[in-house]
Order: sequence, then structure tokens, then C-alpha cells
Amino acid sequence: MSEYNFAYLDEQTKRMIRRAILKGLAIPGYQVPFASREMPMPYGWGTGGVQVSAAVLTPDDTFKVIDQGADDTTNAVSIRRFFEKTAGVAVTEATAQASVIQTRHRIPEEVLREGQILVYQVPIPEPLRFLEPSEVETRKMHSLEEYGLMHVKLYEDISQHGAIATAYAYPVKVEGRYVMDPSPIPKFDNPKLEMAAIQLFGAGREQRIYAVPPYSKVVSLDFEDFPFEASKADHACDLCGAEDSYLDELIVDDDGGRLFMCSDTDYCQGRRKAGHLGAKGTPVGEDAA
Amino acid sequence: MTPLLQVENIAKFYGARVGCTDVSFDLFPGEVMGIVGESGSGKSTLLNCLAGHLTPDAGAVRFDTRTEGLRDTVTMNEPERRMLGRTDWAFVHQHARDGLRMNVSAGGNVGERLMAVGARHYGQIRDAATDWLGRVEIAADRIDDRPTAFSGGMQQRLQIARNLVTGPRLVFMDEPTGGLDVSVQARLLDLLRGLVREMGLSAIIVTHDLAVVRLLADRLMVMKDGHVVETGLTDQVLDDPQHAYTQLLVSSVLQV
Repeated sequence: MSEYNFAYLDEQTKRMIRRAILKGLAIPGYQVPFASREMPMPYGWGTGGVQVSAAVLTPDDTFKVIDQGADDTTNAVSIRRFFEKTAGVAVTEATAQASVIQTRHRIPEEVLREGQILVYQVPIPEPLRFLEPSEVETRKMHSLEEYGLMHVKLYEDISQHGAIATAYAYPVKVEGRYVMDPSPIPKFDNPKLEMAAIQLFGAGREQRIYAVPPYSKVVSLDFEDFPFEASKADHACDLCGAEDSYLDELIVDDDGGRLFMCSDTDYCQGRRKAGHLGAKGTPVGEDAA
Repeated sequence: MTPLLQVENIAKFYGARVGCTDVSFDLFPGEVMGIVGESGSGKSTLLNCLAGHLTPDAGAVRFDTRTEGLRDTVTMNEPERRMLGRTDWAFVHQHARDGLRMNVSAGGNVGERLMAVGARHYGQIRDAATDWLGRVEIAADRIDDRPTAFSGGMQQRLQIARNLVTGPRLVFMDEPTGGLDVSVQARLLDLLRGLVREMGLSAIIVTHDLAVVRLLADRLMVMKDGHVVETGLTDQVLDDPQHAYTQLLVSSVLQV
């Protein structure tokens, strides 16, 4: 192993972060301030998520990182390598085998089970931020449960677009108390926020940690006459044929040709290995790439 | 008859300087009270103390709540006071920008108070907003425009609509006509007078414009250096001022 302390951070820092995590779990959806450290990566690359992961990882854990659902993008690869090097933990791309999953902007398609931890990277933890710039005021609004303003945003959506156009970072109310920003996951993932795994949210630059304990009630905000809808591209995955997964749209040539594929690469691979094939898919192993 | 608002010996100090002191009065339902005085006389300090924006250093402000009768809003806890601020009270700022959300459409501005008290039906919120824009003479097709696209007079009318949509019983106004030209002022005053009479509102209006209180206020309170120097019926105070300062104030009005 290397000369790094286990999982890069020193033990005192990890204790401090664990205290914040425990407090967050005790008050679902409440943003707990913590003394975020400088990490060897720029803000916006998941410094919050990395610190939370560092605090919860044990040597026996199996670690998985996804970026927009994919295991093989720059952000995911570099964070995975970071913990391989500094913690020496086992890593995997298989959702089912991972005990700690750090994610940027997606929840895996595969249903998570008890004992797993999902760590989100959060850019702006405050759901009210773009409506109320003052932190003093937003904290007061949280403490007094004054959430009318959140609906003003949804009202504006409907009045401008005829429907709630917010497609990601869709605000939710946790356990009937705190309104929370679920990080910029597509609203397709919102119903999955009620899950068996522990969900931890880390915002490095904004120095906030919050959490959703297993089986917590998470309700997406809406209007009676404009109910919440989990939307996705109206298509099946071109590679694996899945109709229930969240899709990325890819422009594949200069003639407007496009390809829809699962954003969750592990899920897509798994289905193709099991023999499912989409309209433009090829069996695994015969890819050009 | 129970007063709607009972003010007792309110005092507010800024360090050694006096903001306002020894102010007491009763405001009855449907009554409009004017507070006049020169700049720095403590009018706005007093209004902010009454509306809960500032905590007075002494005294009591009792409001006749719907459920529990007279309650002291100074010692009441903050959630209750803020709840009053969203339901039974309204506050019209001098600058519409202070009272509006400039990056939210006119409809959203009017609907915010409804949503803050639990309205969750878009169609109904929209209808209420349209209705109120009509009542303050803003064309219905401007409902999705932002206040930044409105003239000063329209912004002020929008602010009034946004405040009155929840049917408050007491309206605080801080120089509602300040910064508007005279013809727009006249329209706004006409509108305010209509709304106050029609809804049976009580109001406290702070202004240095004597014409405004002549038109709107039933009673008048004249302040100087943080003290109330004269009170009485509006016409009585303006036509037969007793205190030297009131006499100066009345005689300072330019005649056209």
C-alpha cells in the first residue's frame, strides 16, 4: 500500500465527517455544515462525495463510482483510482457487488439493498438558493418550514412551459419535514429515493452533508392539478432493448442519426450479457469499441 | 369594541439615539391611521416595530388574532409572528423592489402568499392572480411578465395585489406613493381608497405627503424627533394644527 493514511483523509477529519453524517441521518434532509477539506481535485469534481466516501469506507468494502450512470468516464475512473491507491479497497463496476457506490447525478437502475451506501456528489445543496440568495433567510425558512417559495418555482415552470419543466434536481420533501435537493439526478430517479440503502449527500464547496436513511418517505413536490411525473426519453435502449431505464441520447453521425442507450452502463452490459438485444445492439464482445 | 391593534408605550433606541419612544394608540377595525413627520422623525422605525421587522426595546403591540383575541406580537414566538405576516398582515414597501420578487413573474408574485399558506392547486392560484391583477388595473396578458418589465406605478400596484391576495385585515404602508409622479399617485391613491373601503381593511400609512393622509386617513399622528407631538382626526389636525411643528408642516405644503 502507499504512505497515505487509509482513504487519504486523516482520522480526525474522518471522525468530524462521520459526526456530520450521523447528524444528517438523525435529521433526514437537514443540511449539516461540516469543515470541508481541500481535496486533490477541483471543486465540482466531487470533493464532497469523495470526503463522505472516505469517511464511510472500510478496508473490507467494495467500491463503485458512476458518473451520469457510467463507470468509464473521466470523473468515475479518476475517483475510483484515487481510492484504489489511497485505501486499497476492492473496486467493481457491478452494482450488486458494491457496498459503497459514489454517484454523480444518477441512481443505479438496479434496486439497491440493505447494507449498501449510495454517496451523492452535490454541487448546490440548497434547494431554495436560486429563489432566495440569502443563506440566513433560507436557513430560517427551513427551520420554520416555510416552503411556499419552492412552489413558486414550480408555478413559474407551468406558467412558462405549460408543465413542470424542471427535469433534474427536482425538489423533494423528506419524511414530511425538510425540503431537499436530491442533487442533479434526473427526476426519473426521484421515485427511487425511497430505497433500502443508506443515501448520503456531500457538497464540498458548499460544506454541507445531508442524508436520507433507508426506507424514508421522500415525496416530490407538485401541484394537485399538475402531479409529479417521472419522465424519460420515449424510447427503448438501442443496445439492450430496456424500456424501463433512463436513456442518454447520442448523436452518431452528421445526418442527424441518433442512438438511445442506457445511461447506466453496468445495467446495459448486464442485460446484453443475459442475451437482451436492442434495435442497433450487437452481442457483447462483438463491439467495435 | 375590541381594537384590532393596541399599541402601548412602544420605544426603540439606536444606542443612545432615540428611534421612537412613548408611542401609544388603538386602531379599530376598518380604520385608517396616518403617521406623518419629517425625515428622521421615527415614522419608519415605528412602523417596522409594529410590523415585527424590528424588535422594540419597550412596550407592547397587541393584535386581535382570529383565534385567541388580543396577543402581544412582541413576545409571540417567531413562527407565529411570521405566519401573521403572511396572512392577517400586509406590508407595502416604499420601493416596490423591496416587496416584490423581481425575477419571478407577476402571477408568481401574487401567488406566492397563497402558496405560502398552503395553496397547491395551480389553476386556482392562477385564477386568484388573474383576478387580483384585474383589481389593481394590470392587464391580464401581463401575468407572465416579470416586474422588471413594469413601470414604477405598475410595480407598486402589483405589490399591493401581492399583499392583499390573502385577505389581510391590517395593512402597513411605508410611503406607498413615494417616487411616483403625481398623476400615477392619484390613480394609486384612488385604487387604495377603493380597496380599503371595499375590503374593510385597517391600515397604518406612514408618509410625509399630507395630501395622501388627507385622502386616505381617518386619524392622524404627527411625529417629531421620535415623539408623537399631536394626534387627532385628520381634518382637525390639518385644518387646525395646535403644535408648532404641525403648524410648520401644514404651512410648508406648496400651493399650486
